[in-house]
Amino acid sequence: MNKIRVGVSVNNDKIEFLCSPEDTVLDVLRDNLRLTGTKEGCGTGDCGACSIILDDKLVCSCLVLAGEVEGSEISTIEGMAIDGKLHPLQQNFLKHAALQCGICTPGILIAAKALLERNPDPTETEVRYWLAGNLCRCTGYDKIIRAVMDAAAEMRS
Amino acid sequence: MCSKKDEMKKKFRVVGTRPIRPDGIEKVTGQALYGADLHAPNMLVGKMLRINEPHAIIKSINISKAQKLPGVKAIITFQDFMEVSTNKTNDILENCLANKKVLYDGHAVAAVAAINSEIAKKALDLIDIELEMLPFVVDVDTAMQKGSPVVQLGRKHENVSDDFSDNVTSFCSFGHGILEDGYKNAAKVIERSFKTPSVHQGYIEPHACLASMTADGRSDLWCCTQGQYNVRAICADIMGIEESKLRVTASEIGGGFGGKTTVFIEPIALALSLKAGHPVKIVMTREEVFKATGPTVSSSIDIKMGMSKLGIITAAHAVIRYEGGAFPNETYELGAQSAFAAYDLKAVKSEGYNVLTNRPAQAAYRAPGAPQAIFAVESAVDELCEQLNLDPLETRLKNAAKKGTKASYGPTFDEIGLIATLESAKKHPHYAAPLAQNQGRGISCGFWFNFGGNTCVSLNINFDGTVGIIEGNPDIGGSRASISQMAAEELGIPLERIRTVIADTNSLGHNDVTDGSRVTFSVGLATIKAAKAAKKEMCKRVAKLWKIHEDAVIWKDGYVLPAGPNAGDQEPLSLKEIAAMSAQTGGPIAGHHEVNAEGAGVSFGVHLVDVEVDPETGQTKILRYTVFQDAGKAVHPSYVEGQMQGGSVQGIGWALNEEYIYDSSGKLQNSGFLDYRIPVASDLPMIEPVILEIPNPGHPYGVRGVGETSIVPPLAAICNAVSRATNIRFTELPLSPPKVLSAILGKE
Repeated sequence: MNKIRVGVSVNNDKIEFLCSPEDTVLDVLRDNLRLTGTKEGCGTGDCGACSIILDDKLVCSCLVLAGEVEGSEISTIEGMAIDGKLHPLQQNFLKHAALQCGICTPGILIAAKALLERNPDPTETEVRYWLAGNLCRCTGYDKIIRAVMDAAAEMRS
Repeated sequence: MCSKKDEMKKKFRVVGTRPIRPDGIEKVTGQALYGADLHAPNMLVGKMLRINEPHAIIKSINISKAQKLPGVKAIITFQDFMEVSTNKTNDILENCLANKKVLYDGHAVAAVAAINSEIAKKALDLIDIELEMLPFVVDVDTAMQKGSPVVQLGRKHENVSDDFSDNVTSFCSFGHGILEDGYKNAAKVIERSFKTPSVHQGYIEPHACLASMTADGRSDLWCCTQGQYNVRAICADIMGIEESKLRVTASEIGGGFGGKTTVFIEPIALALSLKAGHPVKIVMTREEVFKATGPTVSSSIDIKMGMSKLGIITAAHAVIRYEGGAFPNETYELGAQSAFAAYDLKAVKSEGYNVLTNRPAQAAYRAPGAPQAIFAVESAVDELCEQLNLDPLETRLKNAAKKGTKASYGPTFDEIGLIATLESAKKHPHYAAPLAQNQGRGISCGFWFNFGGNTCVSLNINFDGTVGIIEGNPDIGGSRASISQMAAEELGIPLERIRTVIADTNSLGHNDVTDGSRVTFSVGLATIKAAKAAKKEMCKRVAKLWKIHEDAVIWKDGYVLPAGPNAGDQEPLSLKEIAAMSAQTGGPIAGHHEVNAEGAGVSFGVHLVDVEVDPETGQTKILRYTVFQDAGKAVHPSYVEGQMQGGSVQGIGWALNEEYIYDSSGKLQNSGFLDYRIPVASDLPMIEPVILEIPNPGHPYGVRGVGETSIVPPLAAICNAVSRATNIRFTELPLSPPKVLSAILGKE
């Protein structure tokens, strides 16, 4: 088998992995690196559960080939809390009960973080449209939107 | 009544508050382990071969080429399984792997275990299948007709009329009174036919499991399920082993909504593991989830309803035809029973049919069977209100079921909350808010039975005064929190001192599936009783220590106190102090409770929705949505609200967009989230929840299940709103833009 050797930074740790040409970044994160916090909901880029930040871009990791990310910086849910301290988004998701089953939560947190880095003061509509690529089947989104808005306010103050 | 309610409100210290859920940090940091997140040493990857034909005889399956592929460790077909004990288990197995016929597009015929997924996929391509295509049927009304292709022979019950094809397997009828007399007394009688599509539960986590089975039958199974005990019972039966040999551990579950109450891959993984001698993991793709796991039934429903000038429903009749795919099921009964549950009717009849089609076997979906039937009934009520120029909310109040009402399906209701929810909706500013052009307001009632069922809870008082609770139902949306809260309430200790864990099947007695909105009710009830048992033991220990009679001590707010004139004036002892002394007073202290819980108490809700329909595109926008629901007692109000909001949005999806679309060759055309469109954040406004608390007499804290009712009203509420906004009566879901637009254009 023709394996490709790839070096990347994942949550600020330099790592190397071997992958097959058809492996996605999601496959490598979950199966090679055992970073299973990033979830696979569809494998076709429709649900957003596998959202990661790849060199400052929010992407569905199921749509990116692992062989193509040499030298990249990847942020996943596992790197969101720093030294055990939860990010304000994580704290607000807990406070607002913005998760029920929790399977979409890592992807939504990553997507919301990417939003607040670009737009620290989003309107409700902006949050709703930014998160339109992240499916949640449990909550009806209400508490998720509130949690993101409150986290944004907290981070501004 | 009011004072009793106030008393219940005053009494609670922890119940009714909104603590951070105990499993929260794991779930916001990616540490929580879901079905696909476990890896075992020496693990193989399992994959299923699925046939993309709706109906065919399997002439032969040749696995010889695939077997020779290096890295392939096991291949199985239906023939690898022995005969099972019941028709029901056999149906489950035949749904996992086809026996003699492929029964729907996506039906699996073989499974492979290999050292990696690439090889497993190659092996699937090397399996040769010879098929003989058969005519197929996917539509419920067509399937009922004589001469229709028959999906499975010999499944028809004796009480089904010979006028129908053999696809009609079952029939039921409920009701009382004389319909014809009622219609005679009506100012208006309407007869309407309704259709609802099959929709999928749409949980974001695909089914996944990791199985390990040894030659002596001892097995371990990790899977995402709503009920590990049910998985054990089914798999043990299929694999021909005793239940004690199979330990099933429920992973964290990424949504279920009823769809994870049965098995699709678990027996396959066990059989592959047994054959290969390795652990085997199977994870479904999204396409497999859509094609081969349970959507809900699709329906065709006739309603005849009469109403007096004053708005009294004088007679009502429903004929409900549910298509639940290739295997018989009981959802038609739940539909027929729930159809008219919201109303106090003199003359009512509901009849239900189950029909087989070449579609995947239906699985439960939140209040299974109720949304379809109640959509039809509530649409008819709304149209009568419009035609007779009556207020739709007042009219529902006039007909509403209450304590003492004999329900159409038999029982007489106890304390129920329908009138309270309707009154609450009437008073809410939403009901009086102005509407603009192209806007409409819809209302609907909803109902669900709520279940109790078999439940075990163990509660251990640790030596350091903390408490461990062991329960047996997966936490699908905050139940660890609510169970811990009820225990903290009962024991009078801080919530932080309690940890609730979910047992595997060998660590606790049987628990029914997480369904029927039963967990907070039943597990809560058992937890409270287990806590009471532990308290009784602690009182006993203290009485012994104080050398007084057991009756001379009482439990109050986490302390044992001397009680009565002769008890002495000992210092009260806290739970923590008693726990610390337990080794000296007789050993570890625990309480447990086992019950087949009754008294779940039926649940009602009322939804109000405002929509705007774009006359140029036919698109419907939800402007405002308010949910009124009786929770009995909301243990953790945030998660009760979450159930009300989440169920509503699933109902919004059902009403506006979601449907299984089959093409003319019987193949599913939209087996992905791009084409099967569930609601996204930008489709929706905030969903306002209004919790009513009419205590359920069947629970020590008055709790009622809240999980399911909320998906029931949106279908009719939205359809009524769209109908009023457009002045066109819609009777078929979903109200997708092309359908609405063509109706608008047709009217012009």
